[in-house]
Amino acid sequence: MVNLTIDNQKLQVPEGTTLLEAAHKIGIHIPTLCANVEIHHTPGACRVCVVEVERSRNLVASCVFPVAEGMKVKTNSDRVRRARQTVIEFLLSDHPQDCTICQKNGHCELQSIAEQIGVREIRVPRTDFTHHRIDDSSPSLIRDTSKCINCLRCVTACAEVQGVYCLTPEARGFNCKVVPAMGTSLMDAVCVLCGQCAVVCPTGAIVERDEVDQVWAVLEDPHKHVIVQEAPAIRAMLGEEFGLPPGTLVTGKMIAALRRLGFDKVFDTNFTADLTIIEEGHELLKRLQNGGTLPMMTSCSPGWIKFVEHFYPSLLPNLSTCKSPQQMFGALAKTYYAEFAGIDPKNIFVVSIMPCTAKKFEASRPEMNSSGYRDVDVVLTARELGRMIRQAGIDFVNLPDEPFDAPMGQYTGAGTIFGATGGVMEAALRTVYAVVTGENLPILDITPVRGLEGVKEATLEVGRLGEVRVAVAHGLANARKLMDQIIEGTADYHFIEIMACPGGCVGGGGQSLPASNEKRMLRAQALYHDDKDVQRLRQSHENPAVKQLYETFLHEPLGERSHQLLHTHYVKRGV
Amino acid sequence: MNHECKCEKKMGENGFTEKQWCQIDGVIQKFKDKPGALIPVLEEIQGITGYLPEVVQRRVALGLNLPLSQVYGVTTFYSFFTMKPRGKHQIRVCLGTACHVRGAKRNMEHLMQALNLKPGECTEDRQFSLDVVRCLGACGLAPVMVVDDDTHKQVKEAKLDQILKKYEGGSDGNGSEV
Repeated sequence: MVNLTIDNQKLQVPEGTTLLEAAHKIGIHIPTLCANVEIHHTPGACRVCVVEVERSRNLVASCVFPVAEGMKVKTNSDRVRRARQTVIEFLLSDHPQDCTICQKNGHCELQSIAEQIGVREIRVPRTDFTHHRIDDSSPSLIRDTSKCINCLRCVTACAEVQGVYCLTPEARGFNCKVVPAMGTSLMDAVCVLCGQCAVVCPTGAIVERDEVDQVWAVLEDPHKHVIVQEAPAIRAMLGEEFGLPPGTLVTGKMIAALRRLGFDKVFDTNFTADLTIIEEGHELLKRLQNGGTLPMMTSCSPGWIKFVEHFYPSLLPNLSTCKSPQQMFGALAKTYYAEFAGIDPKNIFVVSIMPCTAKKFEASRPEMNSSGYRDVDVVLTARELGRMIRQAGIDFVNLPDEPFDAPMGQYTGAGTIFGATGGVMEAALRTVYAVVTGENLPILDITPVRGLEGVKEATLEVGRLGEVRVAVAHGLANARKLMDQIIEGTADYHFIEIMACPGGCVGGGGQSLPASNEKRMLRAQALYHDDKDVQRLRQSHENPAVKQLYETFLHEPLGERSHQLLHTHYVKRGV
Repeated sequence: MNHECKCEKKMGENGFTEKQWCQIDGVIQKFKDKPGALIPVLEEIQGITGYLPEVVQRRVALGLNLPLSQVYGVTTFYSFFTMKPRGKHQIRVCLGTACHVRGAKRNMEHLMQALNLKPGECTEDRQFSLDVVRCLGACGLAPVMVVDDDTHKQVKEAKLDQILKKYEGGSDGNGSEV
């Protein structure tokens, strides 16, 4: 242990602790811009976290400076305050000043640190951004490098968390810019549009493509029948947009808010999550029994799909052909529901609320029109829905709980846990076990596949199939480890679940911000609570609405209609 | 990753000869699997090709099993590396403080006009490329300019055309006559 004094307070911390962490322990929050502990990113680059160490000539960056025995530190001296002000002043001189019309207004770390530090003037000449170009090539993310402060968090998230290595700093000094290789646009690069860069970006340099206005417009259109579906993770995070503690399950309020916004029907992606389990479970059984390509890999996460298409095209046959629950919903909304409600599908408009930026891309994939129309018309992230509810002036916290509409709103606990890493696997195993053995798993909770460990493994004895070996990974850098094992031939799994984002959808690129591992955990707990305590049914094949769908419309899993509407194919993309 | 010489298939690609591609692959082979290989590989390859266009960077990324973004990041970070074609002769004009006060800027302007290019560029006939350097550590010889491996000391503007002539292939210069 090391003894030191920070702002006249004596404390003892383990060796190797940084001054930033040590100060945090005694309740002193040193401002930082570039450091992001969640992704282990402390480049010591922004110099906002400088502190004064006695007998040290220069101020030191506390995020990287380790404690030493007898050290005396001042975190709030006049010299420190002036240095921080100067740093922010220089950053602001090279930053557009249009905060009030920036998408990150109110959620920008640069903005709040400027406020905290009390910068009142900018004494240096300001950069002219008039000829600046914005990368809006992708349906998911907008990059505006004029707002970039070169903290390089996005580069670390892209490389270390996701193993994608799309973004890199280009050149240096004043010319330094974060770009994809060769300075191309995101859509011409290997970007998978997972949005983890947007999750960690302290400013408005990388944001989701805001499509709120498009939804407002269609809600006003009397000829359009506008229906909405929400991903499982949304009900576990939307409350945060309105100050509720992370992990608050707000299913009923979410439905009430969506009705008040003017959606004609409020359905649920969980319904098609249950459906996915039926289709994907049967696909797994078919592959196991007929010697199909194994391990089969899940296909719910569009960032993950694009990742395989770019980096592991030889493993495309391993991907389940099932569309994601979002796309199954869209295809059924304009066929099954149109028939059910007697509405011309051309007048049906499908909006999805997703904790995901890659879902915007997925909905725009050219093949996603099996209903004869665009299956999903607009995808909004949790943040965009939060904005809509605020724009409408709805007092979210005090809304009553309301139920979903029929017939595409009913779901089981198995559908809801799709939002957490391991959830699809757990839901699938519950149903596969029941289909093969004719009885339910003795204990429905499959805990080895839960939690935030990067790669998880489990084996399950499933009747006549014998031992089924499964693996679960979240975060694409973890997925890479499994993929390399498969290619080397050292992995002998039958079924693999991959979610592109850390924690699964609860940690998606379209989640409520700011993000943290703790929040991901709490949101996942909320979903497991929904599964165990709220939902009466916990297995997808028990969902009466899904049974009805098969009886009246699809007829059988993997049948002709399923094949046409619920399954898809993938394309090979370059690196 | 197996990376055999693919000379025949790649002949003439992006203006490089069969021999150059062979040499490039040879450099990659030599450093493959060594830690910290990227910078020496780029340095040696630039010695062969004169510059590092996208097609070369892709070959390096593939050969060393590195992300293209990393190769690109390093290429653009170091001013020694260039993605633009270089001339047969490289002129580097020092614009450090000492050279600057002794007329290096005038020399630079003269060269830009004579060769019809800007710093970082290469003449159309690929005879000369022109670069700015910040102090060569030879301030006593200011103003200094280096052509290929020759250092020219105390360069006067009037001497410039003569120096250029020395390096030109023949009498059919590219506008260096003033």
